[in-house]
Amino acid sequence: MSGDTSYIGKPVRRKEDRRMIQGLATYVEDVDLPGLHHVAILRSPFAHARIDGIRREAALAFEGVVDVITGEDTTHIGTVPRSTVLPEEVNSPRTPVLAEGKVRFAGEPVAAVVATSKEAARDALELVEVDYDPLPVASEPEAALADGAPVLHEGIDDNLAFDWTLAGGELTWGDARERADRVIEQRLVHQRLAPIAMEPRGVVARFDPGTEETTLWTSTQIPHFVRTFVAIMLSIPETKLRVIAPDVGGGFGSKLNVYREEALLCFLARRTGKPVKWIERRSENFQSTIHGRGQTGDVQVAVTSDGKILGIHYDVLADLGAYHQLLTPAMPAITGLMLSGAYAIPHITIHVRGVFTNRMSTDAYRGAGRPEATYVVERVADLVAAELDMDPVELRQRNFPSEFPYETATGLTYDSGDYVKALNKAIEVGEYAGLRAQQAEARAEGRLVGIGLSSYVEICALGPSSAMPSGGFGWDSATVQVHPTGSVSVLTGVSPHGQGQETSFAQIAADKLGLDLDQVEVKHGDTHAVQYGVGTFGSRGIAVGGVALYRALEQVIDKATRLAAALLETEADQVRFEGGVFHGPDGALAFGEVAFAAHVAKDLPPGFEPGLRATAFYEPENFTFPFGTHLCVVEVDPELGTIDIQRFLAVDDCGKVVNPMLVDGQIHGGIAQGLGQALLERVVYDDAGQLLTGTLMDYAVPKAHQLPRFQTERTETPSPVNPLGAKGVGEAGTIGATPAVVNAVVDALRPLGVRHLDMPLTPDRIWTAIQAAERSKVGAR
Amino acid sequence: MEITVSVNGKPERRDVEPRLLLCYFLRDVLGLTGTHVGCETSLCGACTVLVDGKAVKSCTRLAVQCDGQEVTTIEGLARNGELHPMQAAFREHHGLQCGFCTPGMILAAVDLVDSGEARDETAVRHGLEGNLCRCTGYQNIVTAVLEAAGSSS
Repeated sequence: MSGDTSYIGKPVRRKEDRRMIQGLATYVEDVDLPGLHHVAILRSPFAHARIDGIRREAALAFEGVVDVITGEDTTHIGTVPRSTVLPEEVNSPRTPVLAEGKVRFAGEPVAAVVATSKEAARDALELVEVDYDPLPVASEPEAALADGAPVLHEGIDDNLAFDWTLAGGELTWGDARERADRVIEQRLVHQRLAPIAMEPRGVVARFDPGTEETTLWTSTQIPHFVRTFVAIMLSIPETKLRVIAPDVGGGFGSKLNVYREEALLCFLARRTGKPVKWIERRSENFQSTIHGRGQTGDVQVAVTSDGKILGIHYDVLADLGAYHQLLTPAMPAITGLMLSGAYAIPHITIHVRGVFTNRMSTDAYRGAGRPEATYVVERVADLVAAELDMDPVELRQRNFPSEFPYETATGLTYDSGDYVKALNKAIEVGEYAGLRAQQAEARAEGRLVGIGLSSYVEICALGPSSAMPSGGFGWDSATVQVHPTGSVSVLTGVSPHGQGQETSFAQIAADKLGLDLDQVEVKHGDTHAVQYGVGTFGSRGIAVGGVALYRALEQVIDKATRLAAALLETEADQVRFEGGVFHGPDGALAFGEVAFAAHVAKDLPPGFEPGLRATAFYEPENFTFPFGTHLCVVEVDPELGTIDIQRFLAVDDCGKVVNPMLVDGQIHGGIAQGLGQALLERVVYDDAGQLLTGTLMDYAVPKAHQLPRFQTERTETPSPVNPLGAKGVGEAGTIGATPAVVNAVVDALRPLGVRHLDMPLTPDRIWTAIQAAERSKVGAR
Repeated sequence: MEITVSVNGKPERRDVEPRLLLCYFLRDVLGLTGTHVGCETSLCGACTVLVDGKAVKSCTRLAVQCDGQEVTTIEGLARNGELHPMQAAFREHHGLQCGFCTPGMILAAVDLVDSGEARDETAVRHGLEGNLCRCTGYQNIVTAVLEAAGSSS
């Protein structure tokens, strides 16, 4: 850096806010076009059924309806894509945009109605008659693997998408077991979750018959990918498809996907000649936007009596749902890669069976495989500490890697870290010793107080293309366009949806160029305006997209310096750029003066290219590995089974920070989702594959009064991977928080003999566990 | 049915279907797209507006029920180019990320403060329990509301 950091590191208020707090933002539903028609989608009420026939005449006759299509009309549209290379071998049946002869989950699209108003489209749905012949249902993975289970996809008789093992380390599992003093076992359940972005998905498509170009507005985290994959699905040139992600109302991974409706609306716009809009209803969002988690596993941990973990063996069933979405199989693979957690563990095995079930697909939800890994490792740490009667802090300290970079048994190289420092900060700021003393007093009074820790590490800044579980696309891009007046447009390939990159990227550019923040505008999310990019996910915005920007800024400064030198009649190495001014030995030029000269081009040296613009494509050399320790204190009410979170402290290390206000915001929101999984949230299907948690009344998104105030602290260990030293922060809160809460609650109930509880820790589960523990005590007397 | 609703201080006289929801009257008929629809079941609060000064979820009120009433949407909150103190507090305290829940959250908070119920953190958290936010963990929203409450009292 130039040393001039007037914006980087400061809590700069967001540029985005002006429009958002005044109702001036544009989300997909706000896109209005002349002659706009509306699409409603008929979805299967059955989890598994043959479609014997569909009659659309009555719907077509309904006033305002212009078209009704079914799976027969869309067989030429390619499958919804799956982009994964881990696991290596995956059964990959076709994911059709509309069901073709059979439905495989409740909510699967069966028909689409186009009408002049959304009311007419919705009303006409009820007039589409479908003859379903219900089939037996495999709702749970165990049911799908049972003998004689119903087969979802022809040719995949065992309902297995993959059976994958990753094993590595300096010891074998056999050696680790042999050297261990004990092997501790536990079944762990990562319940299905619904991401629930507050803005449901939405798609608008317009076909221009003159240019033969389709414009697709969609609420997505990955507009460029959507363009590529929808073009492939529809067999149209990418040049004829423009994808725009306007303001996007939250994603959390649920919009890191290519969805049936995106291709369907493009097809309908062309077929009807009308611009068409589909806005997902919340009930559709629950049924047919991807879910997260959905793993059930048996963990074994080999450990010495002095608390050294020698090996982890994890055998998992992954509930994939009925079809692959973009990254469905990669989720448990990421869990496997991250199973070393924050520890030096000489052996790790993960064995995953990915199972097709009659449910919506699972895919990336905030954390995407890492929360599962962290939950396994951090529950293991507390299970081991409890069994050895060792303090959980000490157990963790004994197992941290001693130096970095550290290569895990799963083959990852942790870039940098100081796990001891983050843990120590948590126990110092949290006054851990005092908390334990208070806990002892509370226990003496019969109160159920618990303290939980979670020392996590996560894989971020996804990542080097060669190592991406999605099979490439690990880079990102930025263009710095300097205008003649010296103001600057930054075109970023990442596509933010709440992270505030219009501000943080402007901070980077303004600092580097010595400009005011309002001289920089950050543009994103329009494939016709921005060079190809990858997107915002995997906590990669700053650490990949921001670094691409940094590189592009360097190129611009390099060119401007050469021009300034010519104008100042000196050599480039005699020119120093500082605070937005090029200083030569005998004079100086402001950045704006050089920008103007570059465009006027009257005084350019011979052969000097006019203009001032640079594009950089940045390919990281490694992932980054943010880490931290979360500390949670709870008191459980034994009469009600309710949990009072008395304290939540997060110490996070995301490397160098561009905007601490935005970082805290990411941590807060992440913790809220982590607490949501620990305490409240669960997608429930019944044995018939019916979604029982299909509304916000039934699915418990955390509300303001259910959350405590979080205390956030940081340590700062720069990443050596990139020049910004940034590691990424978008998912850390979710990854770190969940096990800290569960560990705290289990710790609270430990005097009763409780060693584990499955999430979500609802009052009825807690109460039942307390009653069972007390009954067994009475029985033992 | 013909109705007249005062929206952000301007009388709007329209002929509407009886089943038209207030949120779609605002969005589709008047073009005020700052009112967001997140669930259509009055559970998420994104569509919250003020009707005669009280926070109302506009997805579960019919437009015809508002005949003769005064509606304030997020677009009508700033006056003469000056942000309402609640808007300013949300910006100052980073009380929004994706911005989708924000208009409803701000209007619910305005009602909470105006009705004197934003007494302390617990009261604010309970007062906002009908408005979901998935991004912020509510912390900075609560801070913003408490600050706006302090500055208005």
